[in-house]
Amino acid sequence: MTVDAVIVGSGPGGATVADVLTAAGWTVTIVEKGRNHLLDPDDLTRPASDYSNDEVKFHARYFLGPDPLVEPRTFRSSEEDGERTFVGEVNSVPSTVGGGGTHADGKVPRFRADDFRLLSRFGPQEGADVDDWPIDYDELEPYYAEVERSVGVAGTDGANPFAEPRSGPFPMPSGAPMFGATRSVAAAERLGYHPYPAPTAANSVPYDGRPACNNCGFCSFFGCPIHAKGDPVAMLRRAFGTGRAELLPETFVARIRTVGGRATGVDVVGPDGAERFLAARHVVVAAGAIETPRLLLLSGFGHPLIGRYLMTHFQTIAAGGMPFRTYAERGRAVTHVHDDMIVGDELSRQAARDAGLPWLRGGLVEHSGAALPILEATHYPWGASHADLMADSPIRSRLWAMIMQGEDLPYASNRVDLDPTVRDARGFPAARVTYRAGPHEHAASDHFGPRLAAILKEMGAEWTAVTTSPGRGNAGSPEAVPESRHNVGTVRMGTDPSTSVVDPLGRMHEYENVLVADSSVFVTSAGYGPTLTLVALAARAAHLLAGTRPA
Amino acid sequence: MPVWLSDEEYTALEVACERLLPATDRGPGATAAGVVGYIDQLLGAFTFDPPRIWAGGPTSGRHGGVEGFAEFHPLSPLDELAWRTRIEGSQGRPEREFNGPVVGWQERYREGVAALGADFRDLDGAAQDARLRADREFCDLLFTHACEGMYGAPEYGGNRGLVAWRAIGFEGDVQPRGWTDEEVTRP
Repeated sequence: MTVDAVIVGSGPGGATVADVLTAAGWTVTIVEKGRNHLLDPDDLTRPASDYSNDEVKFHARYFLGPDPLVEPRTFRSSEEDGERTFVGEVNSVPSTVGGGGTHADGKVPRFRADDFRLLSRFGPQEGADVDDWPIDYDELEPYYAEVERSVGVAGTDGANPFAEPRSGPFPMPSGAPMFGATRSVAAAERLGYHPYPAPTAANSVPYDGRPACNNCGFCSFFGCPIHAKGDPVAMLRRAFGTGRAELLPETFVARIRTVGGRATGVDVVGPDGAERFLAARHVVVAAGAIETPRLLLLSGFGHPLIGRYLMTHFQTIAAGGMPFRTYAERGRAVTHVHDDMIVGDELSRQAARDAGLPWLRGGLVEHSGAALPILEATHYPWGASHADLMADSPIRSRLWAMIMQGEDLPYASNRVDLDPTVRDARGFPAARVTYRAGPHEHAASDHFGPRLAAILKEMGAEWTAVTTSPGRGNAGSPEAVPESRHNVGTVRMGTDPSTSVVDPLGRMHEYENVLVADSSVFVTSAGYGPTLTLVALAARAAHLLAGTRPA
Repeated sequence: MPVWLSDEEYTALEVACERLLPATDRGPGATAAGVVGYIDQLLGAFTFDPPRIWAGGPTSGRHGGVEGFAEFHPLSPLDELAWRTRIEGSQGRPEREFNGPVVGWQERYREGVAALGADFRDLDGAAQDARLRADREFCDLLFTHACEGMYGAPEYGGNRGLVAWRAIGFEGDVQPRGWTDEEVTRP
């Protein structure tokens, strides 16, 4: 049997494509290498009850996968490091039904018009291949609007003075502000910044048959026990409800098969280890910006830019110790953000000139705390002072932070390829990440870091500290491994087949029935979390493929 | 009765963990919280069916809802390969050695505890700390597991009677109650 589309990966991108295509009458098979903890296996239109408020299960024991022992990645900061400096967990997004949607804390901002136009708006940067996207904000807006309704986004219209025009209101009002954020928002406003309630894929009211979020606080890196979070549960449930979608969990796609210039289907390895062929009219690859280029390379695809231009955000994190409890364990992890450090000002333009750069851009700043006791306990030295530190709790109870998702530029040397010797448990070469931040990212961090700390001081901080992720120490050390999970850019989108791998719809130039529907296609990283934009792009690609229009 | 550790190993680890996470007038220590019970249940996870790797969901019953944590999740074949390799080591089995041999936690604990010495419990605190510091890698592993056992959910064998959460004012798994908007914004 030949299905209309086989979809590789069940995360936000794959789920969106499944939803749009099945609504248009297509048959789809969703192949997911991880387990299904999202949906009831006996009725895939109903949520499962596997998620929980359990720090051991989700933080220490890889419940959402991938387990780095059986699915390792490798890392080096540049080719000069040799084959690799690290084997293990490298910027992993969950390997499970629902993908990265299950663990994200649901911050889903739209990009701004400038984010699609870096080259024409600001000009080139030496050493980076800065370019415009082949689409713009206005073209994507109807799809942003559609997917905000699909996943369920809460937000406050007009609260962000830098936001682009919207064709309609947010589907839900914003949820309850976290106490710490009420203090940091007031401090940021006193310093002239413009914080606003973060557009958040967590229900503030009952929505689409799912309950309102009850503020349990186990959001970042946890699945939502009550399914109030806008992970792909809604899109997948709808797709399975049509009767035209099939789910194959614990099934790994070994390669895409092609004949001439067309794909004919995929070879998969099931949970029993047996390999078989799935025939399909279209192959949709939505495995994330590390696994997607890995699959294209495992398939023997030869475009020299496959895997190039990995971006992942260069995060600058300012932490401050407050003379009061911040109650970071209550609420949606992050309820407020500001865009000022993306937009920039005369001071940031001067900082760019001082650094010898034509321009620099920071990123979205999240107002956030730290909440969990095992994480806290492992950060204090063992011995006589440990119980006192846990009781006083400078990290869990009194810390507040400004986390900037700094835009990192596309460098051809930052890439994903196949490790020459390290394998996964199924015997396939592991993905190898080569990544090092450039002068732009360091200059932006140097400029904005002290300004983030100043907000915390204005909030009342007794001490502040600024760090980055990846760290800026020894390139060969584990702290050089990126941890942002915001992987994008490894299968670049464009009109010119010599400078891009996929066309403006996400179809491979070389194989037009292979569609890439995840953040791999991003041309630049913007300073915002990638999820809503990759979902909007996936919806647009699926609609254009099926000949339908956004709702 | 320990499920994997010997009685002697259990006792030695209790002394060691109490050095890492000692009781003070501000809170209980590792012994009172049953931290070594956590470690023993982890090392012996595969003596249970389903193995005691992942507690179930969606709630524990401590704040309402069903007592789902008490029933552990079944493992997939790939999960079992990962966790048996991590705990038992690769033992020369080809399916566990696709990237070479792996030393398991059981072996690291057996050797790590032996290296503390038969006289470990009789030493003074400073001498015990020196023995612990002598094997940095084992000490780091033990400290990480001790923190998990102290401050993790009690279904994993530690945090007995929730003593560790109570001492730091942590409510733990709050589903399905959660927090009210008022408690979030104006605590």
